[in-house]
Amino acid sequence: MKVWLVQHRRALAQAVRRLVAAPVNTLFGVLVVGITLALPAGGEMLLASVLAFGRHVAATPQISIFLAADASAQDAAEIGQRLQQQQGIAEFRFVSRDDTLKRFRETPGLADVLNELPGNPFPDAYIVTTRDEDPGQLEALRDTAAAWPKVEHAQLDSAWAKRLDALLRLGRLAVMLLAGLLGVAIVAVTFNTIRLQILTQRAEIEVSRLLGATDGYIRRPFYYFGTLQGLFGGTVAWLIVAGAVEVLRQPFSQVGTLYGTNLTLQPLPLEQSLILIGFAGLLGWLGARLSVSRHLRSAEGG
Amino acid sequence: MIRFERVTKRYPGSMTALADLTVAIEKGELIVLTGHSGAGKSTLLKLIPAMERPTSGSIVVSGQDIARIKRRAVPYLRRKLGLIFQDQKLLFDRPVIDNVMLPLHITGYPSKDAPRRARAALDKVGLLDREKAMPITLSGGEQQRLAIARAIVNRPAILIADEPTAHLDLDYAKDIAELFRSFNQVGVTVIIATHDDAVFGPLASRVLHLAHGRLAAP
Repeated sequence: MKVWLVQHRRALAQAVRRLVAAPVNTLFGVLVVGITLALPAGGEMLLASVLAFGRHVAATPQISIFLAADASAQDAAEIGQRLQQQQGIAEFRFVSRDDTLKRFRETPGLADVLNELPGNPFPDAYIVTTRDEDPGQLEALRDTAAAWPKVEHAQLDSAWAKRLDALLRLGRLAVMLLAGLLGVAIVAVTFNTIRLQILTQRAEIEVSRLLGATDGYIRRPFYYFGTLQGLFGGTVAWLIVAGAVEVLRQPFSQVGTLYGTNLTLQPLPLEQSLILIGFAGLLGWLGARLSVSRHLRSAEGG
Repeated sequence: MIRFERVTKRYPGSMTALADLTVAIEKGELIVLTGHSGAGKSTLLKLIPAMERPTSGSIVVSGQDIARIKRRAVPYLRRKLGLIFQDQKLLFDRPVIDNVMLPLHITGYPSKDAPRRARAALDKVGLLDREKAMPITLSGGEQQRLAIARAIVNRPAILIADEPTAHLDLDYAKDIAELFRSFNQVGVTVIIATHDDAVFGPLASRVLHLAHGRLAAP
């Protein structure tokens, strides 16, 4: 057990020495892994942020009922009564056209435009929240409301969120595929790096063999090398994503403001960060392992 | 200690290096193996650490049949032997002391004790003051002594040397021969292959002469 520990510590130290001995090679190796993994990791981060937003919207099914422009207060009250009698409605609230106008006037830029308009372009509206999330019932309610007199348009607000959600699921699948492909690329890069390592260490490998080195003794430093390169690369990928979050946060939440929602860019949570770095290390180890079992026998000679 | 029983080694291309060789080497012997180039000396030495496998016959080293030894067991066999190669196989990318510590690292010898043990080995071959030198800066005789230090650092019971004085002047060669004798005197079984037995002959407990893969009269 003690010998085993000594051997592993020494193999790790040797791997570190080899990484340090060729700093430029190491830097580029780590960068290749980092940048390659930053792509799917960044995609995942973006998707998760938008998904969280989409879920939030989709989870509160709302129907917006816009009244005709010539609807009077009397008409609006009538529709309010109809809604009161309608089943399956959790709550509804009336948003008058004047309120809407006032709200939009507070938005910089829009105020000027609205002042140029001759009248109030906004209709009165009801925002209806249903008890049920079943899309069929929601649509039935929307159709019912659309047929009422003085209703210009009834809109299922969560429909687009659902479509967005489906789209994002597709996006996540694409990210997964990308991660898989780029993972193979990282294995290939490590495979090649280790192949070159084995070539340059040929003399040491041969001599060590003759002096009684086991397979494990010869292979361990390469495994550690590949794993370390992967772990460092994963860390670089994490840093790239974290940097991207910092840079994109402001513009991203501005987009959210334009849609009237709270759209925030979420940095990778701890669990996913660890998965990212661990996955990178695993890929490095796998590449090293494949390379070592492929190239070592031929480098050993006798 | 080492027994060859009807050992034949044929290389692809039908050259027979050893033909039906039977020989036993006892513990504590100093065997000098002579013969012309291609007589089978190197082959015989390479069979002991399983660098080559015999075509037929059995080889027993310390009670272990190594003609059919498993690949996984080979490293542990080699750790019991001190090997000095014809081309020395020093590592020129690291200083003298690191070359000597390599076998200690391989066997998992504790890191903090390894330098002391390596220095003891360097001291025995008279290279203690060169421990930080790079092997390329050593003379031929010093390089050979470094190879010997590396072979003895694990204190093997058997020391095997293939042409240890091949490129050395007579005086250097005599120094090296004297070294081997000193190891033999403390109980190490020594096997030396050489094509001139003038230096080693007088020290040998037994001279084995090989001709065309067989034992012959000198």
